[in-house]
Amino acid sequence: MTEQTQVAERPFTVAAFQAYMDEGKLMGSRNRETGEMFVPPRPIDPHTHSDDMEWVEMSGRGTLVAFTSVYIGTSAMIDAGYDRSKPYVAGIVELEEGPRISAQIVGVDGKQPDIAWIGRPVRATFIERGEGEKRRAFLGFEFTS
Amino acid sequence: MKKLNRGVAIVGTGMSKFGSFPDKTTRDLFVEAYQDMGTAVDKGFDPNEIEAVYIGNYSSDLFEGQGHTAPIMADWVGLAPRAATRIEDACASSGVALRQGILAIASGAYDMILVGGIEKMSNLPIAGVTDALATAGDVSFEIPAGFTFPGFYGAMASAYIHRYGASADALLRVGIKNHDNGKLNPKAQFQARIADLMAARIAKAQQKGLPVPVWQTEMDFLHDDGANPYIAWPLRLFDCSPVTDGASAVLLVGEELAKRFTDDPLYIIGSGQASDAAALHDRAELTGIRAAQIASRQAYEMAGVTPQDIKIAEVHDCFTIAEIIATEDLGFFAPGTGHEAAEEGLTTRHGPKPINTSGGLKSKGHPVGASGAAQAVEVWKQMRGQAGERQVDRDVDLAMTHNVGGTGQTAVVHIYERR
Repeated sequence: MTEQTQVAERPFTVAAFQAYMDEGKLMGSRNRETGEMFVPPRPIDPHTHSDDMEWVEMSGRGTLVAFTSVYIGTSAMIDAGYDRSKPYVAGIVELEEGPRISAQIVGVDGKQPDIAWIGRPVRATFIERGEGEKRRAFLGFEFTS
Repeated sequence: MKKLNRGVAIVGTGMSKFGSFPDKTTRDLFVEAYQDMGTAVDKGFDPNEIEAVYIGNYSSDLFEGQGHTAPIMADWVGLAPRAATRIEDACASSGVALRQGILAIASGAYDMILVGGIEKMSNLPIAGVTDALATAGDVSFEIPAGFTFPGFYGAMASAYIHRYGASADALLRVGIKNHDNGKLNPKAQFQARIADLMAARIAKAQQKGLPVPVWQTEMDFLHDDGANPYIAWPLRLFDCSPVTDGASAVLLVGEELAKRFTDDPLYIIGSGQASDAAALHDRAELTGIRAAQIASRQAYEMAGVTPQDIKIAEVHDCFTIAEIIATEDLGFFAPGTGHEAAEEGLTTRHGPKPINTSGGLKSKGHPVGASGAAQAVEVWKQMRGQAGERQVDRDVDLAMTHNVGGTGQTAVVHIYERR
């Protein structure tokens, strides 16, 4: 009960979403009336305009719906060790609860992308990057089969 | 159905040369565009009659460390103290500036407005450009996943290829076509066909005594990972618009005033604009851009014309996949068939629906905030028969421009008529 109370008190912000990820949880918001879920969490349902939302944890299971293998990466990904000789894969995953989310796709070779990856099941994994106070979890997904 | 309360006409357009200019700032480029525009007004105009300035600019803040750019542009062409407003909708900034100018004249608040677009991108190293452009996506939820700007369109391309069974060659075909057109545009960044670039590489290898590449065709060249490396699979270098410096300018007046400036004005008969979710992952579909579909529907309804009536269009080919998707979103081809149209050559200068006769963003260049208004420059030339070697071989009484911001968070569409 204590934990549920704490959950209810967190605002639906980027920082709260990140704090949950740092705790190893992929969280979204749910419209209490219609049950529609949003990841990342939205404070206002764009379909009904209701702000009667609650936190809900995702299973982390989903399917890959689109992806790219990035050869010229963001500065952050270059710092993480990726470059032209070691491209990384970024994708969009549709969670089994319905929402879609962007994430790095890990455990695959960025130099051997395959269009048949689309539609394959994935599960969430959290990637820890950064040192000291800057250490944070990034969302990733890996293929389950 | 929404109509303008007062008709609006274009009486002049201009643009700077597009390219990489280490010695020019945005204000230098804008002066060049403004002066070019001045030469296009057939009967001349008095700058004192300009009442307001709308400038499209994505991010001089990030690219050259200069904010608050609209008053600077107005001042540097001698137009202070007129109202000067910057409009930022990423790559759609000056398309939206054009629309704001149209709405301001249609409202009756102004009779003559200068619309401009500016961007100076080449100061930053490529990593800086990558980061600056990525901020047009969702910095909270997409960039941490590693998405770059080409990456977003790479993901859209993957969804399109997966859904429709399209070949990546269809994308490359768009690049070949746009370079064919850009070769004939003196203002283009790349005045070269892919075949020219291929021949230059071969000549360079021969000159240096290096192994001579064995490309027989443009497609051979484009399939070569060395000559045409992947940027964001399935997109390669020649699927991507370049880093460009440039500026554009359009002079708008109330319709009833147009003949004072030219006997051959263009009338803006349709205008539409829409937005969509910040993140690509929140879009209803990845194989079309909803904002562009909505904006074009608004424009068609306002104009009372259909996609079949449009003779030529300048569309937002920031990446080759974007042009294919655009030709579907605008209703020129059915969803899922745009790639076939590209492969069959339907969108070439001589085809039934010429797209991007200017060379498009791919070959003409893409100074992001300047691109929307620069599209109007090509329409102006083609509709008035002033496009030189790249002039289409038919009467262009109706034309369209389609300008997209980011990954489709913004889209703005205009329809132009010559009477």
